[in-house]
Amino acid sequence: MELSPVFFYVFGALAIACALMVVLAKSPVTSAFSLILVFFAFAAIYAMLGAHLIAALQIIVYAGAIMVLFVFVIMLLDVTRDTGEAGKPHPILMALSVLAAMSLLAVFVWAFKNTGTPAILGPFTTEAITAAGGNTQVVSELMFSEYILPFELTSVLLLGAIIGTVAIAKRQMSAARKGGGK
Amino acid sequence: MLLKTKESLIRRMYLVDVAKGLAITIKNFFFAPKITIQYPEERRKYSDRFRGQHYIKATNGVENCTACMLCPTVCPAECIHIVAGERPDKEKYPVQFEIDILRCCFCGMCEEACPKDAIKLSTIYEMSTESRDVYDRSFLMEQRGNK
Amino acid sequence: MNAIEWYAMIGKTALVIGMLLMVAPVMNWIERRGAGLMQNRLGPNRVGPFGLFQTIADALKFLFKEDRILGHVNPFWYFIAPIVVLIPACMTFAVIPFASSITVDGTVIRMQAAELNVGFLYVFAIASLGVYGLIMGGWASNNKFALLGSLRSSSQMISYELSMGLSVIGLVMVFSSVDLMAITQGQGEALWQLGPLTIPKWGIFVQPIGFIIFLTAVFAETNRLPFDLPEGEPEIVGFHVEYGSMKFAVFMMGEYMNMAVASGLLASLYFGGWQLLPGMGWALGNLGLAGDAHEWARIGFEMLSFTLKLSFFMWFFVWVRWTLPRFRYDQLMDLGWKVLLPLSLANIVITGAMIYYGWV
Repeated sequence: MELSPVFFYVFGALAIACALMVVLAKSPVTSAFSLILVFFAFAAIYAMLGAHLIAALQIIVYAGAIMVLFVFVIMLLDVTRDTGEAGKPHPILMALSVLAAMSLLAVFVWAFKNTGTPAILGPFTTEAITAAGGNTQVVSELMFSEYILPFELTSVLLLGAIIGTVAIAKRQMSAARKGGGK
Repeated sequence: MLLKTKESLIRRMYLVDVAKGLAITIKNFFFAPKITIQYPEERRKYSDRFRGQHYIKATNGVENCTACMLCPTVCPAECIHIVAGERPDKEKYPVQFEIDILRCCFCGMCEEACPKDAIKLSTIYEMSTESRDVYDRSFLMEQRGNK
Repeated sequence: MNAIEWYAMIGKTALVIGMLLMVAPVMNWIERRGAGLMQNRLGPNRVGPFGLFQTIADALKFLFKEDRILGHVNPFWYFIAPIVVLIPACMTFAVIPFASSITVDGTVIRMQAAELNVGFLYVFAIASLGVYGLIMGGWASNNKFALLGSLRSSSQMISYELSMGLSVIGLVMVFSSVDLMAITQGQGEALWQLGPLTIPKWGIFVQPIGFIIFLTAVFAETNRLPFDLPEGEPEIVGFHVEYGSMKFAVFMMGEYMNMAVASGLLASLYFGGWQLLPGMGWALGNLGLAGDAHEWARIGFEMLSFTLKLSFFMWFFVWVRWTLPRFRYDQLMDLGWKVLLPLSLANIVITGAMIYYGWV
């Protein structure tokens, strides 16, 4: 499936505009909602590249789960406007950060212009994936055969994180009970 | 107070009760008699003792009222206004008989007090108007009642 | 893409969108008449035949009401929130197949608005965006009760999304696909043969526990009674307190569209989707058609079958609404996290064992 240039530019422009909104918006909630739109635009581009699974996961995980948490936190903490207590940073600092960003962009542009064709195509071309029954099939087969160990290790890592969170919360809860005990 | 009761597993699964409830609602849906009254076509029959719109009873085209002023006296809402006059046959009669229906509380005291059985409350209950009406003598003299 | 594919795509999209837009008014009428009849009343029956135009009258009323934007709200997000609820609801129906495929001039047309191999993952992905509409609406209203309502509703939806996703995993294991078309096709096979009666391999027979979990979770996801805590129109102050006129109506439309999507999912995951209902195959065989006519008749029957199943679940939503009382919020969370989630995990393990021993 070839990438339709019109839609690429539409979603690319949307992504860039929303990313700018994330940085420039005054209200944090606007920033958060713009970030969701950025994820959405990315997902659309993935889907146009034929990576439907990545697109769906991008939306489920980032837009559907993580950003909900972000928005919750922002709304509950009631961060209205102007969270920067110190006001605007020093002008020299601002100039330096803009310069750093610009040079990073320049490096990217130079790298993409001068490295010729991208790396050699692997075995997973679009045609091969379609022949194997779509990328959901291919990813799941790989994940449960070749990459089973890293996959399980990742889940153990996440489990560890969950247990750690519970442990910290428990300790604080028991400390609070002891402190305010009757 | 929170009462903790131990229910059986089947009951706690809630599914049987849900199914029973669904059976009841669908039974009502199909078979239960519907009690809605389709108002303009179908009307509720009120009892004969219902106190609705007033009228003055007449015998042979002459109103029973003798302007004895019992009803304006007894009226708790003070909505009846009568001006008495005399007929050629020396009979007392109401020249003016007005009921301010907006003040009336439909208690029926006037009907109880009337010695001549003249003022009556009919079973008519559709009395809405677009103006603030005072029922005058000619209006009340129309025999709308069923008593 | 050739001309036939273009026509087919436009036709399918128009069909799905048209169906979804029609769902809200029709369901509103069914809900109110159904409520009436179940409560021994008659329900709205004045406007048009059987009161069918009642909803149109209501929509006109909503349109002619003053569209107020209150002084204390955040105007942009306040305005956009109902749209954010509505659009995901419109998008999700795209992957649900409403009939099998037909070959026209050598081009195979699958009766499904979008053919994605991620299947219902797409539905979950888009449906999870619906929660933002509620959050936005509650936050932009700039009202404590609306904010609390939106928090309540979004935590409910997130909690039940988990068990909804996990309950379908068992089905994916049985049919080894996430594509709804493939799942529906797999449900056409026979499971058991009881004398003359063939029990098809419908999801409900293969995954009864999964079905019950999914059904419950779907009720919570679409904010319908007994889990309508996000709205609770009569008693609880929900996220849309500050909404009026057409904006409020759009929230309601979103709810009905979500119901349609949920019913479509229930029908195609657990009740064989477009697989013909008993008797329909016999009727189709006896029509005496051949060739293209037979194919189109088959498509028609399949669509009819799917529509009947979908309508049944739409009706089921209404039926349950007027039967069960609302859950308390802690009961709702207990049910979601302590009952449905472990149960759906157990269901996955059991299904794995059943597949390993070759029972399904």
